[in-house]
Amino acid sequence: MMTKVELETFVEGTTHYFATSANQPASVGSPYIVQDGQPALQEFTGMINIAGKRRGVVYFTASRPMLTVLLMRMGETDLTQENLCDLVGEVANTISGNARRDFGKDFMISVPTVTAGEMERAVTPDHLRSFVIPINWRSHSAQLVVCLE
Amino acid sequence: MTMSEARIETMTLANAKWRPLTGGKLKLMICDDSNIIRRKIERELCIEQLQVVATAANGRQALEAFRKEPADVVTMDLTMPEMDGIECVEHLVRLKPDVLILVISALADKATAIEALKKGANGFLCKPFTDRQLTEALQELLRGAEA
Repeated sequence: MMTKVELETFVEGTTHYFATSANQPASVGSPYIVQDGQPALQEFTGMINIAGKRRGVVYFTASRPMLTVLLMRMGETDLTQENLCDLVGEVANTISGNARRDFGKDFMISVPTVTAGEMERAVTPDHLRSFVIPINWRSHSAQLVVCLE
Repeated sequence: MTMSEARIETMTLANAKWRPLTGGKLKLMICDDSNIIRRKIERELCIEQLQVVATAANGRQALEAFRKEPADVVTMDLTMPEMDGIECVEHLVRLKPDVLILVISALADKATAIEALKKGANGFLCKPFTDRQLTEALQELLRGAEA
């Protein structure tokens, strides 16, 4: 079960990512727990498997328009599907990797697995509760989902 | 060529993995499994005295490229498929002990940074990074080599 302090690590990681990469801060809403079933996904999802001292998944899910604008803000001109997939995985990887500042080296992260459009629901472990961190950036919304033992 | 003699020239951005090396620059290899990050580093290097000679998406590719043309400077991600950055750093240093390696990784714990430095990396930059942070990290790396 995650603590409030641990969840704050991911909230800070998310705001830091947008402020640094896009030079435009995102506002992060209050995290909430998914009570029934699995959290919904948007068109693009980057998923990181967590192993070691903690187990579970962290994923970032966002829409095509949001990722397109984010890429542009980063100075990228190649806005192809391939780069959108790359970006959604990189966001998940960066926020998860940054969490090691607080969780330590034993918070082991996988390389990202990216899905684009084919799944409506994520595969998070049934026995774990998923925390959703709502992210609002410009006119777009995305979610960071943290599901850890 | 010494580092102080290296000239600053405008770099071209092409997608080819191999580039001919123009005179007066240090050879740079960029290793990151994210194409976006590789391209971001390339774009921001326009003001540096570096010429990209190779890009690689994992440690194994980087090692192959390095064996063909040893770079003077390497930017190295850590979390990558096939061969991770720490292992690759070890191999690169063995092949060319004076190679300058800047690790650029999201892994923000001190233990990982220390391990990378112990294996032979010369600097560590945490993702996400601004253009200015990248430039400063590379400048510091080159200054350290000159000292």
